[in-house]
Amino acid sequence: MSDLKSCPTVEPDEFVDKTLKNYPPKVAKKRRAHMLVRQESEENQNINANARSVPGIITQRGCCYAGCKGVVIGPYGDMVHITHGPIGCGFYSWLTRRNLFKPGEDGKNYSTYCFSTDMEEHDIIFGGEKKLKQAIYEAYETFKPNAISVHATCPIGLIGDDVQAVAREAEAELGVKVLAFNCEGYKGVSQSAGHHIANNKLFSEVVGTCDQPIEGYSVNILGEYNIGGDAWEIERILKKCGIRVGAPFSGDGKFEEMTSAHMASLNLVMCYRSINYLADMMETRFGIPWAKVNFIGVSAMSKSLRKIARFFEDPELTSKVEQVIQEEEERVYKELAPYKERLQGKTAMLFVGGSRAHHYQDLLKDLGLTPVAAGYEFAHRDDYEGSQIVSDIKLDADSRNIEELKVTPHPEKYRPRLSPEKQKQLEEEKVLKHYHGMIPDMPSGTLVIDDISHAELERLILDLRPDIVLSGIKDKYVIEKFGIPSKQIHNYDYSGPFSGYEGAINFAREIDMMIHNPAWKFMASPFEKKPLLTAELGVDK
Amino acid sequence: MLDHTTSEITPRKALRVNPAKTCQPIGAMYAALGINRCLPHSHGSQGCCSYHRSHLTRHYKEPVMASTSSFTEGASVFGGSPNLRQSLKTIFQTYDPDVVAVHPTCLSETIGDDIPTIVKKASEDGIVPRGKWVIHASPPSYAGSHVTGFSNMVKGMVDYFTNKGEKKVKGQINILPGYVEPPDMRKLKSMVAEMGLTPVGFPDTSDVLDTPKTGHYEMYPPGGTKGEKLLTTGASEYTMAMGHFSSKDPAAHLELKGGVPFTLSDTPIGVQATDRFYQGIMEATGAEIPKAQLDDRGRLVDMMTDYQHYLYGKKVALWGDPDQVISLAEFMSDMGMQPVCIITGTPGKIFEKRLKAILEGKALMPVIAQKQDLFYLHQVIKKQPVDLLVGNTYGKYIARAEDTPFVRFGFPILDRAGHSYFPSVGYKGGIHLLTSIVNTLLDRQDRDAPDERFELVL
Repeated sequence: MSDLKSCPTVEPDEFVDKTLKNYPPKVAKKRRAHMLVRQESEENQNINANARSVPGIITQRGCCYAGCKGVVIGPYGDMVHITHGPIGCGFYSWLTRRNLFKPGEDGKNYSTYCFSTDMEEHDIIFGGEKKLKQAIYEAYETFKPNAISVHATCPIGLIGDDVQAVAREAEAELGVKVLAFNCEGYKGVSQSAGHHIANNKLFSEVVGTCDQPIEGYSVNILGEYNIGGDAWEIERILKKCGIRVGAPFSGDGKFEEMTSAHMASLNLVMCYRSINYLADMMETRFGIPWAKVNFIGVSAMSKSLRKIARFFEDPELTSKVEQVIQEEEERVYKELAPYKERLQGKTAMLFVGGSRAHHYQDLLKDLGLTPVAAGYEFAHRDDYEGSQIVSDIKLDADSRNIEELKVTPHPEKYRPRLSPEKQKQLEEEKVLKHYHGMIPDMPSGTLVIDDISHAELERLILDLRPDIVLSGIKDKYVIEKFGIPSKQIHNYDYSGPFSGYEGAINFAREIDMMIHNPAWKFMASPFEKKPLLTAELGVDK
Repeated sequence: MLDHTTSEITPRKALRVNPAKTCQPIGAMYAALGINRCLPHSHGSQGCCSYHRSHLTRHYKEPVMASTSSFTEGASVFGGSPNLRQSLKTIFQTYDPDVVAVHPTCLSETIGDDIPTIVKKASEDGIVPRGKWVIHASPPSYAGSHVTGFSNMVKGMVDYFTNKGEKKVKGQINILPGYVEPPDMRKLKSMVAEMGLTPVGFPDTSDVLDTPKTGHYEMYPPGGTKGEKLLTTGASEYTMAMGHFSSKDPAAHLELKGGVPFTLSDTPIGVQATDRFYQGIMEATGAEIPKAQLDDRGRLVDMMTDYQHYLYGKKVALWGDPDQVISLAEFMSDMGMQPVCIITGTPGKIFEKRLKAILEGKALMPVIAQKQDLFYLHQVIKKQPVDLLVGNTYGKYIARAEDTPFVRFGFPILDRAGHSYFPSVGYKGGIHLLTSIVNTLLDRQDRDAPDERFELVL
């Protein structure tokens, strides 16, 4: 008998086999490695991830450009981001991700604009370097941004435009930072390659170029993109505790803040997948340690605050943090109570992102929902199994093509924040330098499926009938045609924030609304229940 | 809002800002969804397919299924043939479509992948099951926009399905609706059927991108033009093709290949364009316009006079896809409104030529520009303020910056409901459009009226 929580009649192993039968044999074999049935008794369960999607399988994944421009760099609203390529890529990534932005005192805000070199046939044949340079000049003349970024799309790599050289020239001539990213869509196997490329450039050309001190208990928040205002709720809570955010990477981010990010005391890593590279490199070069946090969910938020307090180890801060937690939790749990009552025992599936499918499990559990199946869209094995396995991951050809920077301590700017003993202790306590991954948090009998395909999602819905699915825009309306609500966890269904304490209330309200929407019950029309006489006669004939 | 947009227009040679077009493949994907049991396939990197599906989904709030060749760096260097072959294997076994409609992306175009040859070989090797079709759109490279991508995929349908020398079927006519919404496609079919003719409309995204919610999901909804139907397009007596940009090439190809004569008409939005649509069909087939349509026509004209004083002389800026914008500009001008700036991102001088011909002698000639963007349009109207904006969702930032009333029309509409349910074509469509325009202007009048001028009856 299965212990799969949602559906005692489903045997998870059988379910996997049944799903794989839809595929050609070789495809089935490949996909098998991306699925596992969680057994808590088994330590170190392995899953394949960050591998090529099978052509034709209907994957959720996007491309390297989407990871670089769309995810990591795009949120910097005081920069002009120029997409170098034909018009589509720039067009689709124009305001669609909901990384909200408020300009600083200089009023510079380009977040509602879309910039592209709009390459056409002639440019592809004769090369686009001149056009790119001209575009950078025009952008600077008209908009005077605080910095400019250039993002190469697929054909640019093939025609061999040297975007780095163009950027260097323009930077020297204009006196404004111009960052060029070779993030052509075909690189890597998903958005993930683009995150890495973006991290490398921010690290090598931006972070540590200015030394503006940051006062007080200072942290940078890495991998928080201010979808629906998440960053503002986090900042509210941190501020209340007396913790100062130096630089956000990159939600509601300003270019200049990044330049002194190495002056902060601690890096907090939210979306480990998209930004762990920068956290690691900053630690090696500047001595700034990182801690994995999760600001999604009431208990996760409080746990993360305690982690920060543990790092600073200051009784005053610790007591302030405890006071804030008590205040906020008291209020939130009171507000959540009625929702929790209605949501208790409901089941959920999560197929999204590179961290969110894990982060949101904490919030779902706060509300009494049980995750029964989950998986990431573009994660690596360490996001499933924990950061301790990074060194075991064998690099394949696709990953090797993404540059790994060789980083050494900065001769002047390296500054260890803790004594070696304290650092070691906090690492052992898993406060620092550790992410435990999704799998250990999944109960026995649940399914973990990496890079889920449309066929697999359909099967899961039919067999498991969850009460809600957390996913993205491409799946949402498929799932809802089945009569099951689907919450978009990339863009929050145009709502939010869902982070922190306020966010938990927003999320609970919406999940409750979706599951209990009175309209679901009208899906079956009253006319279908009693077939007309003529129809019956038709069958007999 | 848009604080960095100034009224001074400096020439730009290289930088596109706030585009009024997107790339070809999304149009090809949209067109392919208008074939029954068809899976559009994007031959390129994963991101293209993901972006196109996402954007179409945002516009329709409906499932949009399509697959990708998932190019990697290796495929980009050595060619995408293995990826397309593997795609076809996976697709036919796992998803069992009747038709796979392949379109290239700028990546596979740049490499020069020869899609028909790869598909032919795959068919010979038994990868494409018998009785199934794999069709493709030929790209005219990086020219054009999503509108030309649509046109190319429709041309591809003619290429693969239209037969030569078919015996003509009396009363059967082809309807090429152009790049319009599912309700428009449904409406055009019914307008032709009401005339006693048999329409073969393609593509037809009705009942594909506006499916009912019943608790049952079907990967291939009942709508879309069936392959068997497409095979009869050469047997039609005549083709009514709507929209120069989205339908001329496929119609000309259909004439060449199937010997079916065609009329190229403007997208039938507004009184005159709808009149021409009926006239074209009546002249070619001898069929009559139904009385009910004449009544709708009369109702539309009735509204145009009833609400004239809210419309007359109102200055409008318009943007979007050329076929729709041309007809819309004519309709607005017929209502007494005054278009002052009309742009499209899609390249093609015929846009300017056709609009000039339509608006000649009617009022002040507006600024008309093809291959332009919304940044430019915004700059123009900063100098010449307008009373109304009409265009896709991206205009909402301009509307807010200039505090100007805004009617959403075209592709994409990402933030309002209704576009995928109510047609804009035909006389009834005109009534619907006019209603949106009048109500938007009246909402503004009410909002801005001081208490003593806030009136009950308008």
